[in-house]
Amino acid sequence: MSIVRPYGDTTGDGMVQLSFTLPVPHSKVAEGAAAQLATKMGLDAVLVAHSRPMGPDFTFFVVYGRTHHLVDTDAVEVVERDFPLLTPKEANAAVKESLQRRLVVVGACIGTDAHTVGIDAILNIKGFAGEKGLEYYRELRTVNLGAQVSVPELVARAQEEQADAVLVSQVVTQRDAHLLNTREMSAAFREAYPEERRPLLVVGGPRFDESMAAELGVDRVFARGTTPGEVASFLVHRLARTDAAGRDDQESPA
Amino acid sequence: MTTTTTTTTTTTTAPRASKLHLDADLVARARGLAAQAGEPIVDLARRHTTVSVERATLRLAGLAGADPEGTPWANRLLDVVRADLGDDALPHGVALPVWDALARGEADDLATLAAKASAGSVRFRLPAGADAARARTAATEAVAVGVARMDARRTERDHLVATVGDAPRQPWIYLIVATGDIYEDIPQAQQAAREGADVIAVIRSTGQSLLDFVPEGATREGFAGTYATQENFRLMRAALDETGHELGRYIRLTNYASGLCMPEIAVLAGLERLDMMLNDSMYGILFRDINPVRTFVDQRFSRQVHARAGIIINTGEDNYLTTADAIEAAHTVTTSQLLNEYFAREAGLEDWQLGLGHAFEIDPAVPDSFRLELAHALLARELFPTAPLKWMPPTRHMTGDIFRGYLLDGFFNLAGALTGQGILLVGMMTEAVVTPWLSDRDLALQNVRYVMEAAGSLHEDFHPAPDGVIATRARHVLGESMDLLGRIVDHDGTGSGGGLLAAIADGTFGLMKRPAEAGRGLDGVAETAPGYCNPARELLETAPTPTATATSTSTTGTGAEA
Repeated sequence: MSIVRPYGDTTGDGMVQLSFTLPVPHSKVAEGAAAQLATKMGLDAVLVAHSRPMGPDFTFFVVYGRTHHLVDTDAVEVVERDFPLLTPKEANAAVKESLQRRLVVVGACIGTDAHTVGIDAILNIKGFAGEKGLEYYRELRTVNLGAQVSVPELVARAQEEQADAVLVSQVVTQRDAHLLNTREMSAAFREAYPEERRPLLVVGGPRFDESMAAELGVDRVFARGTTPGEVASFLVHRLARTDAAGRDDQESPA
Repeated sequence: MTTTTTTTTTTTTAPRASKLHLDADLVARARGLAAQAGEPIVDLARRHTTVSVERATLRLAGLAGADPEGTPWANRLLDVVRADLGDDALPHGVALPVWDALARGEADDLATLAAKASAGSVRFRLPAGADAARARTAATEAVAVGVARMDARRTERDHLVATVGDAPRQPWIYLIVATGDIYEDIPQAQQAAREGADVIAVIRSTGQSLLDFVPEGATREGFAGTYATQENFRLMRAALDETGHELGRYIRLTNYASGLCMPEIAVLAGLERLDMMLNDSMYGILFRDINPVRTFVDQRFSRQVHARAGIIINTGEDNYLTTADAIEAAHTVTTSQLLNEYFAREAGLEDWQLGLGHAFEIDPAVPDSFRLELAHALLARELFPTAPLKWMPPTRHMTGDIFRGYLLDGFFNLAGALTGQGILLVGMMTEAVVTPWLSDRDLALQNVRYVMEAAGSLHEDFHPAPDGVIATRARHVLGESMDLLGRIVDHDGTGSGGGLLAAIADGTFGLMKRPAEAGRGLDGVAETAPGYCNPARELLETAPTPTATATSTSTTGTGAEA
């Protein structure tokens, strides 16, 4: 069966429960408004189970109702990640086994961009979204150059540190600065390195489109909401592929 | 020196019987180890200064505002002094060359001097002899005005707490706003206070800790938080005073004295009557890779400011548990609390000002996790009986399952009630999902209220068995903490800063190696020269002893006292 309905206590009953706030004082009118919203959302037999004033101007509701919408699971489209998510432990094990040395990651915000939010979230131990940054990974050696790093400086430092991967974060997008900076950066690395020895180039920021990697000349683009674990998993996938790690795509880092 | 009415706080010293049967000698030994680890750091801090300490001194002397590009005049002025005097500038302090220039008639006031200096029309020199004495006297007078203003704000707070009213109970309920826009934060904060918050914290914009200047003016754009600026402080303070009057209880305001500018932000907090500041002795080093010497120098100065301004500090031990396992790393929390207590007391903070942190972060899947949480929380309570402990909610094990999260927050609140926590940061069931919605905050406060009304005094009946899981675990954690302190003290600490600096350098705290000669802000640190002059440090070092004419703002007693 690929056609399904929500399940309350009986197959096919279509029951759902939702909660929301309306910017209206608590009253009978407010409850009616909540029922009306639920009806417009496609529910019937709407039950406003709970309503509670939150200050003089707002009311919170819990509503139950039956939806008639059907879901076709065959028609669901999912964009699959093309690399397995690893826990820090698995990532460390994979690096240790395949490289037999620490994997070196150099990161920076380039151009005039002073926003280190992104690069810090990925690299610093504090991390992001409950995941620790790459600095936490025993088998990764991270060098965070911070903000306003020039492209020649970045290339020089990558060479000096023998970087396996270079992470660049770009937040400011005025006049497409993020795209111009990224192209300048990838061109500079291509000039400075023979292709087979070039570090992996990864760029990220809230306004990037993940499908633009080839156009920008980088190996991967990460968009808003990317976590350190995803970046680490990608680096390991590309730089330290082994049979030991990464077969299990179900486990995500805690 | 100015004459100030400095207020004091009389903490109730009702004897608490130990529920964990901690050995008093052992506890004294733990404190002794913390002092042994901390003393070389204090010595190091006394012998150094930083750009931010010097800028904080200029700010205390009344230098505010920024140039048209937004660079604060305090930064501008210090930069020119450093450019003129080179390596002599920091070691002697900014006061002598600046007040020497004023005495030579280069400008009538600091702001004009800063503007002229940035335009290149003032040359600074290091005065000697009578010129130096004259500059020193003038600088001391100017800085004393700022210190007196902080004293006045402290008196004003005591007065407001006494006349408007204080938080109705312990723990104080602490809520966060973080919109990035101060004009959006204000109504949210006022609403949160109406809903029951006793303390409002305005989260800072991500990345502000690494800015080596304090942004200026009212700000409307931040990343996951709002910039800490003097004007934002002033606006929020005024709004919460208004709401406090409306509600009949003083609403406390919290911000962050951390990162590269912590001394300056501490001063701004003192001047604008903020009440609590996040201020941890090692957080910047470990989690922001700020140079250790820079951090310890800035720390000591900012704590002296907080001591003087009557501000309660909140330390950051919860961070250890968000990056390490809460059971394995429990003793690192205790260790850090002991160190934070030592550094705080040394800087003049009283016990009622020590919001030592800890957190409810044990994996709920671990058997007996709640008993272990109680053990850790009670250990902190018993080690620091008169400190208003800051109790932080679960974050690491909060998932998209908001229903389970709500239950977990309920247990967090219960642990807080059972162990007499002083400041309770309200946990949100949507912690891992969204920035809190209006309804999330309301539900969270209902959770707190229910637990406090149903079990707020349960700690009176709560006496863990002397040889039970809780008491045994607490003693075990204390033992591990003492081992760690012992290892720190025994570290090869032949260099300055002693074993603690060496331990930080080689990764004793977590996996983070933070050598003393690396990290952010290192170029803003200098060892002081014999002629170093900083009137702010001198005035704060000789803080007047509290007088008996004070009103009490005790946070640890069982009610308001006159």
